[in-house]
Amino acid sequence: MTDNPSDILPAGKSLPLAEVPLTEPQIPFRVKGPLAKWLTGTAPWLNLSGILGFLVLWHLLTTVLKVPLFSKLPGPLETIGEWFSREPTYGISLFTVEYYKHIGLSCLRVFLAFVLATGLGVPLGLLMGWKKTFCDYTFPVLELLRPIPMLAWVPLAILMWPGRETSIVFLTFLGSFFATLLNSWLGVKSIDRGYFRAAACLGASESQLFRKIVWPGAMPFVFTGLQISMGYAWFSLVAGEMLAGEYGLGYLIWDSYILVQYPVIIIAMFTLGVVGSLSSLAIRLVGNFLIKWKVKEA
Amino acid sequence: MGLGAISVRGATKIYNPDEAAIVALDGCSMEIGPGEFCVLVGPSGCGKTTLLNAIAGFHDLTGGTILLDGEELSSPGKPAKPGADRIVVFQNGALFPWMTILENVTFGPLAQGRLAPDQAKKEALDMLETMGLSGIASDYPGRVSSGMRRRAEIARAMMNRPKVLLLDEPFRAMDALTKTMAHQFLLEVYDRTKPTVFFITHDLDEAIFLASKVYVMTTRPAAIKKVLEVDLPRPRNYKLLASPQYQALRQECQEAVREEALKAFTAGEREM
Amino acid sequence: MIRLAINRQLKKIAKTVRSKTLRRGVISIAGFFIIWELCARFKVPVLGTVPSPTEVLRCLADQITEAYYWHSWGSSMVRILTGFAIAQLLGVPLGLLLGFSRKAREIIFPLIELMRPVPPLAWVPVSVIFWPSAEMSMIFVTFLGAFFTVVLNIVEGIAAIDERYLRAASSLGAGKSDIFWHVMLPASLPSVLVGMTVGMGITWCVVVAAEMIATNTGLGYLTWRGYVAGEFPMIVVGMLSIGLAGYLSSGLIRRIGLIFTPWLESR
Repeated sequence: MTDNPSDILPAGKSLPLAEVPLTEPQIPFRVKGPLAKWLTGTAPWLNLSGILGFLVLWHLLTTVLKVPLFSKLPGPLETIGEWFSREPTYGISLFTVEYYKHIGLSCLRVFLAFVLATGLGVPLGLLMGWKKTFCDYTFPVLELLRPIPMLAWVPLAILMWPGRETSIVFLTFLGSFFATLLNSWLGVKSIDRGYFRAAACLGASESQLFRKIVWPGAMPFVFTGLQISMGYAWFSLVAGEMLAGEYGLGYLIWDSYILVQYPVIIIAMFTLGVVGSLSSLAIRLVGNFLIKWKVKEA
Repeated sequence: MGLGAISVRGATKIYNPDEAAIVALDGCSMEIGPGEFCVLVGPSGCGKTTLLNAIAGFHDLTGGTILLDGEELSSPGKPAKPGADRIVVFQNGALFPWMTILENVTFGPLAQGRLAPDQAKKEALDMLETMGLSGIASDYPGRVSSGMRRRAEIARAMMNRPKVLLLDEPFRAMDALTKTMAHQFLLEVYDRTKPTVFFITHDLDEAIFLASKVYVMTTRPAAIKKVLEVDLPRPRNYKLLASPQYQALRQECQEAVREEALKAFTAGEREM
Repeated sequence: MIRLAINRQLKKIAKTVRSKTLRRGVISIAGFFIIWELCARFKVPVLGTVPSPTEVLRCLADQITEAYYWHSWGSSMVRILTGFAIAQLLGVPLGLLLGFSRKAREIIFPLIELMRPVPPLAWVPVSVIFWPSAEMSMIFVTFLGAFFTVVLNIVEGIAAIDERYLRAASSLGAGKSDIFWHVMLPASLPSVLVGMTVGMGITWCVVVAAEMIATNTGLGYLTWRGYVAGEFPMIVVGMLSIGLAGYLSSGLIRRIGLIFTPWLESR
């Protein structure tokens, strides 16, 4: 920096942005905040160069040089061409109804399972954290079942439930249920005992205690849990659909493998990633909106 | 050992120059003589720590300069550089939790390559011995009391024979009794080698008891409001607290600080 | 002295035995098994299809003497350990690089963010196409399961290092390499270990599913075969074995972790 900012600012005053005299000409449209910072820094070029480098490498390895292992994989041009084609060779692209049918069905399954897991997991977890007796009775069973990876449930899930659809939703539910339950439990545990005492001193009843202390206090953990559980839901959904599905992105991946429609595999994988991140983003936004009291620590 | 005279000349620091600017320091000047025990008091968030960080070389200044024995430490545009000639003891303590007390104390000389490992270990054990810490040399900081941790941290600083010792509210979280012990101990260390000390606190008794000069800061942006010469005899002990001379100094200091604290309080500044 | 210590230990045990928590725990586990058995006996819808604990026990007793059963353990373990080890070998250095170098982070991180949300199992077909042998593709998918978790945990761990430690180190005259080896590395170690533990959990999940989908060895396949062949108690035996294996391997990691982070032991 060359000039001394203390010359611009009146001594001893901290000015909000609006009052600082603008020395640069007014531009009609200006991007502000973190986005502007990101755009004007060196980061976007570096960020893009990383992704571009990856695409170029992928292209070189698969299509140009045909390196032994890679030559079997579809290249980026082939995949992207297929994805944006109005008349795709293998019947799946941005312009086919089929594509959205797969996405829609996967989303529906995840949504159902997620709602179920939240509806059961959050109240159970909160109750476990709040009431010791309840925790004493339920925790051992939980600890017994928890080490079993959720995907080990696949055969049992298929056996237990009549239709394929219910089995897949059940599997997805299992994936997210434990994460939700545990985080809600931890959330209550994380509340300072002092708050309970303070509320009791102020004459709060049991139901008030729950509504005013347990529920809001556990909220940040609950939402962390929901984000994790959303990830797990997609994770187990893919397994369920691969083994037992008839529609959905996981099924699409497996089916395209069987039918040797390799570009579709990549398209479906990428779509899974996008849909998965969007759903976690949605939860984060809802969480930030609901937990306004949490002061962001600098 | 060198001298350790610090001159702060018109130091100015503005955070976030292009957005909502916060002026933390505004033309602050002070001259600290070599071997002086200088204590800064002032309202919360007034910029004391900013000044300390500038002297320590953790960040640069927006305006003004800071000199150590006539050599420029910090000025605008000059990248800040911490050095082993001025060591900081932090508010919450910064002993590395993953090293034992002994490893912490030998870290400085080994990192600078000033001593061979054996030599460093020997010196460190001597240092710990004189500080009454030899019993915990191989313990991790997480397992000893906060008073011991603070002492160990001062030992770690003194191992480097610094010209300047910078302490940022080092005894803040201590109870009154432990604090008295810590004061006694710090004064002992000080009397032994007489480094220049730059000490930040909120506690006026602590300030007057330790200092040779007390600097009262104004509320943000910080500048020096008043300098009190504390010409109480050294070595000092707790009997001093009852003397009329001490009482008079405390009164004077209290009034100066109160005025600024009131200003800060009505302004409703959030502590930074 | 020793007798005193033993006595104290005995008293402690007696106290836990008499505690309410333990009694309730026993009741809850016993209740769980009884309800499960009853569900199977009375053919309760949905839950009744699960083989009863007695059937499962009988099946387990048979299996323990079978070489095939232990062979399944072996092949799953080999896959887990290889995939996990490769994930550490590549993930730890990459995570450290991304944590320290801003440039590297800006170039590589978006790529990781792009790939991470794709569930590891979605990689199974691509992996099978790519690698010449089924075993290799299995290990690759396992590797993916742990890799991203490890990298992300290290990057976050480094970002969360308290600035005070860095300042203290540079104030004490430490150079760049000193700061790396003596401050950043040990400070990020706890989150590396958390990443490893979580990664191990995901790894088991991935291996099991991948074995069901694409091979004919391992505990995952054992479970799946139970379903396909109609030996339903086998399914539960498989699940329990996988649970135990997963539990043992996370315990192992936690143990190893404690050796590397002695300062974290109970204070």
